[in-house]
Amino acid sequence: MSNATATAKSGSTDNTSVLLLLLKLRTFIALIVVTLFFALMAPNFVSVANAIIISKHVAINAILAIGITYVILTGGIDLSVGSIVGLTGMVAGGLLAHGLQLPMLGIIIYPNVLEVVCIALLVGTAIGAINGLLVTKLGVAPFIATLGTLYVARGAALLLSGGATFSNLVGKEELGNQGYPIIGSGNVLGIPVSIVILVVLALVAAYVAQRTPFGRKVYAVGGNERAAALSGVRVDRIKIAVYMISGFCAAVVGLIVSSQLVASHPASGETFELNAIAAAVLGGTSLSGGRGLIGGTIIGAFVIGVLSDGLVMMGVSEFWQMVIKGLVIIAAVVLDQLQRRLAASNG
Amino acid sequence: MSEIVLSARGITKAFPGTVALKDVDFDVHAGAVNVLIGENGAGKSTLMKILAGVEQPTLGTMTMGGQKVSFDSIRDAARQGIGIVFQELNLCPNLSVTENIFLGRDITRAGFHIDREAQRRKAAELIGRLEHQIDPDGLVGDLMIGEQQIVEIAKALAEDARILIMDEPTSALSVSEVEVLFKVIGELRRAGVAIIYISHRLEELIRIGDHFTVLRDGKLAATAEREGVTIPWIIEKMLGKDQVVANRPPAIEAGPVLLEVERLSLPGRGHGLALDDISVAFRPGEITAIYGLLGAGRTELFESLYGLRSGARGAIRLDGVALDGHSVNRRMRAGLLLVPEDRQRDGLAQNLSVGGNLGLASLRRFTRFFSISKAAETPLLQQIIDQLRIKTAGVDAPITSLSGGNQQKVVIGKSLLTEPRVLLLDEPSRGIDIGAKAEVFSTMRDLADRGLCIVYSTSDLKETHAVADRILVMANGRITADLRAEDATDEALVRASTPKTEPAFA
Repeated sequence: MSNATATAKSGSTDNTSVLLLLLKLRTFIALIVVTLFFALMAPNFVSVANAIIISKHVAINAILAIGITYVILTGGIDLSVGSIVGLTGMVAGGLLAHGLQLPMLGIIIYPNVLEVVCIALLVGTAIGAINGLLVTKLGVAPFIATLGTLYVARGAALLLSGGATFSNLVGKEELGNQGYPIIGSGNVLGIPVSIVILVVLALVAAYVAQRTPFGRKVYAVGGNERAAALSGVRVDRIKIAVYMISGFCAAVVGLIVSSQLVASHPASGETFELNAIAAAVLGGTSLSGGRGLIGGTIIGAFVIGVLSDGLVMMGVSEFWQMVIKGLVIIAAVVLDQLQRRLAASNG
Repeated sequence: MSEIVLSARGITKAFPGTVALKDVDFDVHAGAVNVLIGENGAGKSTLMKILAGVEQPTLGTMTMGGQKVSFDSIRDAARQGIGIVFQELNLCPNLSVTENIFLGRDITRAGFHIDREAQRRKAAELIGRLEHQIDPDGLVGDLMIGEQQIVEIAKALAEDARILIMDEPTSALSVSEVEVLFKVIGELRRAGVAIIYISHRLEELIRIGDHFTVLRDGKLAATAEREGVTIPWIIEKMLGKDQVVANRPPAIEAGPVLLEVERLSLPGRGHGLALDDISVAFRPGEITAIYGLLGAGRTELFESLYGLRSGARGAIRLDGVALDGHSVNRRMRAGLLLVPEDRQRDGLAQNLSVGGNLGLASLRRFTRFFSISKAAETPLLQQIIDQLRIKTAGVDAPITSLSGGNQQKVVIGKSLLTEPRVLLLDEPSRGIDIGAKAEVFSTMRDLADRGLCIVYSTSDLKETHAVADRILVMANGRITADLRAEDATDEALVRASTPKTEPAFA
């Protein structure tokens, strides 16, 4: 009898395992389907120029999503990244346009572009560290802690300029701070710098997640915090680190955005956090922690990017774009549940 | 003599892989205290859950007043007048006493408007009947554990229970609270309520029990009336004669003291001490069992040694080096390791593979230039899998694909990979079958013979003799006996483990 059930089971397993595989690859399949759809429907969609434009759009969201994926893998969430984009952009813009003013000494220091970049990255990482400390040492729920820093960072960005935009960030030769626009508009071997940054960050992030002790601990903390702690993992350190990574990624985006526009605007980056979370979820990252891949997140970001740009090219109204994006996200989560239930009943 | 309100016949309950109850008969007498006795895992809780409608029997029948009954749910049983007070309290700390008592059966007007006044009056009346001064409007979260227990009982009484099941009701109570509870039980008995009483405190049972039923390994071992029941009789019926696993003598002499604990104390939740001035030493090559009942302080002792209890005071030295105040991570590196009791909650990350779990505590051993080297990792993991005979499809298999015993071995294997010198195992045999138990015990002996210091806790008397060279008994946060295994009789161990009903400070 046990033999009979075994064969019956393996018979049904063939179908379900194919279905499971399809479900696992759903984001990738979605990307192909969406791309093919627009290739047929939208004129001029398939072109090198368009691919580069889409990739540049995607890069911004994908870099944010990489950082957020780390946070979500530990079971946390980071809502502050959009504000960090705005604040770090303003820090960079302010330093380039007006320098570091020290009124008590009566001097103004103009850092060069490399120094500006480092300071902005430091600011983003520091805000991430504050998020991490709030979550671990003070026990604030991640949602609330990062909601708080969302407001604080946005307010700080507005305060820096009194709400005004720092424009024309090309620098001056006599101050030695030229070259900022390269980050947003420059090319390396014909490839835009922002895409190069995305590729490098994605490769490093994927490697760290899969092959280093740190990555293993991130997954363990998200899977079972107590078990990780009892295995000697210093859970607090891991959590602080992932928020710092997220803050760092947000600062990178802040630099790219302000450099592309050659101006920094204090409202820049608003709602970016939601797009980044959507990319991570589309890519199969579980909001309860412990499950997800950097590669999945990148593909998720591309699905969203291709979808938005394709719909624009087809002339679909912005309102409908939002409706469609929302439905795609819901569909992704429903399919994710389906896959898990199927996998559970199959195992 | 007294009327039988509920009669269960031939109750069998099978779970996947094990049979928890085999053909058990149980009569519940009205106006009497029906005592149910057995070791952990003997099937007491399963039987209670069946009577209370939480679980349904695989086979067997229950009759009440000559009518066959079956309960699909706890609500179903409650409608027939069966109330249960669980060992773990089932109260909402964020709601008031009254709201808890009437949770799910609110007194309403017009079917939807909660009649707060009526509920308050009824709650105050119930609590008054239990001789307590608990504010019906107070939050349950603000009450002491003993008071919460009273609220649980009031909740069961609010249903006009004819049968009241109490699963270890005194385990969290202070001496004076126990006295009040016994008075309440006496009154309920006179009012004709049938009480089913489960406890490990044997003196208590002798004092209040009318009818005794003993379960052993899921089977009915004995029944008796209160005349003729003595503590030795209970112990004999509870334990039976058979040994679980053949003991294997140690291959090496125990070495000099390795782990030394001096005057270790830990405040308990609410009042009293969870650990009360413990001084003890452990030696390599020796296996020590710590026997004790639930709440005796075994887990607290292990967690204090491992640095998980920040309230612990006292000196802990490993090989002469003071460990107190150090983090888990540093204690681990010093060579101390805890294998936690609840492997699902504390031991395994379900999202990681077998290998991911095995290696989690010793990642530095496989790290080459900041990254995990598969080449360094796989042979070490495979070696542990072979050594512990873990049945798995490979290091990359999901941890959830393993059986309970093999999952437990993964938790132990994870600990071994850190190359510990002292291994603390909290209930290592919990939830695994007899064959897997034997293998886990045999592994423990292998490790001791390689010079490790092994300490494990158990609440199963037979398992103390299965592998230990030395047996400590804990009760009320103290060590009440320290015996060589060959000198430890079952009766001595049980007596030492039974919390005295006198105040602890007398």
